Amino acid sequence: MNNKTKEPLFHIVKRDNLPWYHAWGIRFIAIALSLVLCALVTTITTGENPIGVFGTIISGAVGTKRRVWILLQNLAILLGISLAVTPAFKMRFWNIGAEGQVLAGSLASAACMILLGNKLPNGALIAVIVLAGVLAGAVWAVIPAIFKAKWNTNETLFTLMMNYVATQLVAYYIIIWEVPKGSGTVGIINASTEAGWFPMLGGNRYLLNVLIIAAMTIFVYFYLNYSKHGYEIAVVGESERTARYVGIKVERVIIRTLLLSGALCGLVGVLLVAGTSHTITTTLAGGQGFTAVMVSWLAKFNPIAMIFTSLLLVFMGRGASEVSTVFGLNQAFSDILTGIIIFFIIGCEFFLRYRVSFRKREKAKIAEKGGEQHV
Amino acid sequence: MKEKQAAVQMRNITKRFGSVLANDKCWLDIYHGEILALLGENGSGKTTMMNMLSGIYFPDEGQISINGKPVSIRSPKDAFGYGIGMIHQHFKLVDVLTAAENITLGLDEKLDLKSVSRKVREICDKYGFEVDPDQKIYDMSVSQKQTVEIVKVLYRGADILILDEPTAVLTPQETDKLFAVLRNMRDDGKAIVIITHKMHEVEDLSDRVAILRHGQFVGDMLTKETNAQEMTNMMVGHAVTLNIERPDPVNPKPRIEVKNLTVRSMDGIVKLDDVSFTANSGEILGIAGISGCGQKELLEAIAGLQPTEKGSICYITDEGKREELLGKDPLEIAEMGVALSFVPEDRLGMGLVGNMDLSDNMMLRSFRRGKGVFTDRRTPKKLAETVVQELEVNTPGVSTPVRRLSGGNVQKVLVGREISSAPTVLLTAYAVRGLDINSSYTIYDLINRQKAQGVAVIYVGEDLDVLLELSDRILVLCGGKVSGIVPGRGATKRDVGMMMTRLGGNKADE
Repeated sequence: MNNKTKEPLFHIVKRDNLPWYHAWGIRFIAIALSLVLCALVTTITTGENPIGVFGTIISGAVGTKRRVWILLQNLAILLGISLAVTPAFKMRFWNIGAEGQVLAGSLASAACMILLGNKLPNGALIAVIVLAGVLAGAVWAVIPAIFKAKWNTNETLFTLMMNYVATQLVAYYIIIWEVPKGSGTVGIINASTEAGWFPMLGGNRYLLNVLIIAAMTIFVYFYLNYSKHGYEIAVVGESERTARYVGIKVERVIIRTLLLSGALCGLVGVLLVAGTSHTITTTLAGGQGFTAVMVSWLAKFNPIAMIFTSLLLVFMGRGASEVSTVFGLNQAFSDILTGIIIFFIIGCEFFLRYRVSFRKREKAKIAEKGGEQHV
Repeated sequence: MKEKQAAVQMRNITKRFGSVLANDKCWLDIYHGEILALLGENGSGKTTMMNMLSGIYFPDEGQISINGKPVSIRSPKDAFGYGIGMIHQHFKLVDVLTAAENITLGLDEKLDLKSVSRKVREICDKYGFEVDPDQKIYDMSVSQKQTVEIVKVLYRGADILILDEPTAVLTPQETDKLFAVLRNMRDDGKAIVIITHKMHEVEDLSDRVAILRHGQFVGDMLTKETNAQEMTNMMVGHAVTLNIERPDPVNPKPRIEVKNLTVRSMDGIVKLDDVSFTANSGEILGIAGISGCGQKELLEAIAGLQPTEKGSICYITDEGKREELLGKDPLEIAEMGVALSFVPEDRLGMGLVGNMDLSDNMMLRSFRRGKGVFTDRRTPKKLAETVVQELEVNTPGVSTPVRRLSGGNVQKVLVGREISSAPTVLLTAYAVRGLDINSSYTIYDLINRQKAQGVAVIYVGEDLDVLLELSDRILVLCGGKVSGIVPGRGATKRDVGMMMTRLGGNKADE
């Protein structure tokens, strides 16, 4: 009776929670495997030495002091947007309108810089810029939230559509403000007076941005995990019926959370205009509103883990673009490498949750399992 | 019996979920022409065992044989190939299709609804089912849907039938009908396995019982050679008493007064029609009725969760002060100082948050307390520890997500939280649904203790035997109307059953 007939080659078994070192071990293996595949793909398609390519990725990302600062600046922006969308995501409100909310914040702050440029003392001007940007972002997010709360409209479509409205608004104002006329761009705003520009800290252009985002990380972490609001968000996200059962006003929580989410997006928009580029274009957010969705999910909505997931994406992005320059490859090649790495990182989640038992290794696995339980 | 060829032999079946051992070297024999009752507490591995037989899970170890031949069941399709069909607790039917369409769904044969209908009628006539093959599922009662599920597996040629708690959703009369059909099928030589927690059903229906405990096979025996007490002892592992206490109410005073309450659902269907009654302190008011007769709406209306059309719900304090609860939400009711606790039917979808741990679930009611923007995490944690200790919740710790606990333990956590706030009114909906005997008695005991402390308990139940034993008074609902209110002492199952199906019960005949 011991001989089974036709037992399947393998079957999949759900895991218990893994100890953290085991989980990180699996992630590390996944990244290592993805790098091996990247090397193979590089060698086969381009004939370059993969070690050289990896070296270029690292030097492209952190090779010089300037590159380190650019990396940090990009990291700050991506992390900022990721943090901003997270409260909404935790509530299962699928806000994919970060792009538009950032642009709305950017547009409002650019408008203040242009229109009030030399009419207010610089301190007051910066305060107005921040306020206007934050407010614009909040408004952009709260419109779909109100529709969701009152009439249960689909927030994913609504927030997505709001992105296009924001882009077109920016395009419209660029024509009005264009400098010089006919160029189709706004140019550097207040280039001579630097009115409304964020101050440099210790002679560094990007340090202030980095500090603001660091403070935002801590704020979002405590807000979500320890505040009453954060608890309400978690309950509404898990089950609206439970929320109503304990008297949480679901509509109010949706609107309040999206006000916050949009305000934080607006703040990032301000950092982009007044803190970094000092101009406005329709592509200022550069798709990071969408990348942020991935950053937030990969980190399982944990603000601290988001530092690492956004760092990984920014690092690879910067490194890969250096690869295309140095080796004269198409820009698309860096996207392929980034894609391979992300695929492995997301794919390894499966192995964090399930164990694959093979037919022949069955006995060994059981012995190993017994051993684990003693630990 | 020994010479008889077993229809199914399961030998040394082991199944793990992570580190949880659901089945540990389990044995089970199922014979043709026999009804086997599979007994065990929650989490003892009954359903997992049957899921492996019907191809939903694959055993980690062990061997299944059908009619003496070793087989490997890798999918529900394989299981059908061996003539095994399972009727799940939750029906798997498409609402907008007819019975006949549901029955042929997924089969590769040519769709000829006329011949399907004919074949369905043949099956029905053979065993005494009543199904109209052309009726849409959404027009059917729960019991009719269940019948469609059974016909579905018979149509596919099953001769080994597994029913997972089939009577949980049926009235006594419907249960009798189902049992008659099952007996017919047994006499036709089919092998039938029924999973149930209700002892009197086991004694009534089955030929043999098999008992599991903590994933292990304890033993099997002929039903006529055993009794409820022995079976329960084997399930639990030690002797238990099977009596529900019913102390006399002490100093009952009106606490909740419902007058002319009418509730319409979102689609405009009348769910409660002119319902009036009074619930007293120190008393258990049982609510009986076929499921979907307005029980849910009634409790939710009192708890402030259900919009109402007309009527009033008054809360009367010890001093005789009256306060209207209608039109207020749960938060406003709590702010009025009315300590109202509610154990809803949907434990993980409404009463608790499945993905949160025990401590966080304890906070659901109390997280607003205290000044400042941050929540107090220490008090709920202590409360969780107290509940785990006092109600003997079986959990790895207070930081385990509640969805990982078994049904009985989930319910203990929920009831524990609801009574921790020293309520004056306790509403419970199907408080022991899906719970094993041991957990059920723990819950009855907790409810009785609340009653002794002067709480007005409203207990919506489905097991009439329990309602008759536990309640001081029983309100019977029929189609959203009050069919009658009878004293719990002296009422009979037959009378209440009649009142559930027609207004006023027997009196309507006179």
